[in-house]
Amino acid sequence: MYDAMQAETVTIAGHGDDDIEAYLARPLVAGPIGGVVVIHHMPGYDPETKEITRRFAAQGYAAICPNLYSREAPGASPDDAAAAARAAGGVPDDRLVGDVAGAAAALRALSSSNGKVGVIGYCSGGRQAFLAACSLPLQAAVDCYGAFVVNTPPPESPLRVTPLLDRAEQLACPLLGLFGAEDGYPSPEEVAELDRRLSELNKPHEFHSYEGAGHAFFAVNRPSYRPEAAVEGWRRIFAFFGTHLKG
Amino acid sequence: MCTYLTERVAMAARAKGTPEWLKVTDASVYFDHPADLPAEHSLNIDLLAPAEGPSARVAVELDAAAALGLARAVLEMLASAPEGLLPNEVASAARAHLAGAAR
Repeated sequence: MYDAMQAETVTIAGHGDDDIEAYLARPLVAGPIGGVVVIHHMPGYDPETKEITRRFAAQGYAAICPNLYSREAPGASPDDAAAAARAAGGVPDDRLVGDVAGAAAALRALSSSNGKVGVIGYCSGGRQAFLAACSLPLQAAVDCYGAFVVNTPPPESPLRVTPLLDRAEQLACPLLGLFGAEDGYPSPEEVAELDRRLSELNKPHEFHSYEGAGHAFFAVNRPSYRPEAAVEGWRRIFAFFGTHLKG
Repeated sequence: MCTYLTERVAMAARAKGTPEWLKVTDASVYFDHPADLPAEHSLNIDLLAPAEGPSARVAVELDAAAALGLARAVLEMLASAPEGLLPNEVASAARAHLAGAAR
């Protein structure tokens, strides 16, 4: 099987037509193939998220991870950029939507594209994947333990984000949710409330919560990594994207 | 005056430096996920010089016990500094914090 791929830093047009940095990984095939926008976690556009992006390419998708902190910290190391963005209150929601729209457009512009694009996000990116799926024409979305979709951040948090439950009616594609049963952000109650609301609205979704896993169980470089949950979660992700993005 | 007063604190921590002295104007103190310390959460302190860009940052990530030990050492130093070397209200506030913590 031919399995060559290319991975590189590119510049794309983000929110407001701003030039932003992104990491693009794609199999070197004629297509047609689906695309995946990877939304990095709050610690930033780091080597582990680039590895996730390459993993999608190895599975036959064109994948792109926009650097959401391109504006605050151009050229800075991921941890410095994340600290700067955190101190600034996080990424504004409208800018996030614009940056994901730009990333999806970059994927659809590839000659190999089948026109289908999904989104996946981890940690803060999980909430942002839900936000993007409620705001943009996408074909599938995966929320990996995104907090503050239902609840408001605690008052002492510098994060200035608001809950998104009132946008659930606009959810325009199937949603896969992967959560840790021992996570506090989002808590199992928060996950259950989102599940209930999406069921009321007849929005196609499937949620899985893993016992023995807390927040960030996919993060291979952190003590929160839980191999059983992560392996099963990856299997769910590829099955879900296989259904909605291939062909 | 050289005081030679020192508190030593053993700790599990990470620190990130810069090659030059920074004109620090801001600090962020937060309990959240660390970038490098192998822990799910840590007490993180960023000493920042935002005017010089996001890379102008001295960062430390402390486990909770280390952070408490460091905070106590800072208060001990301020409380025990010879009279006249620091503002009276700072020294008395440090003593009050230590007395409160001891109760």
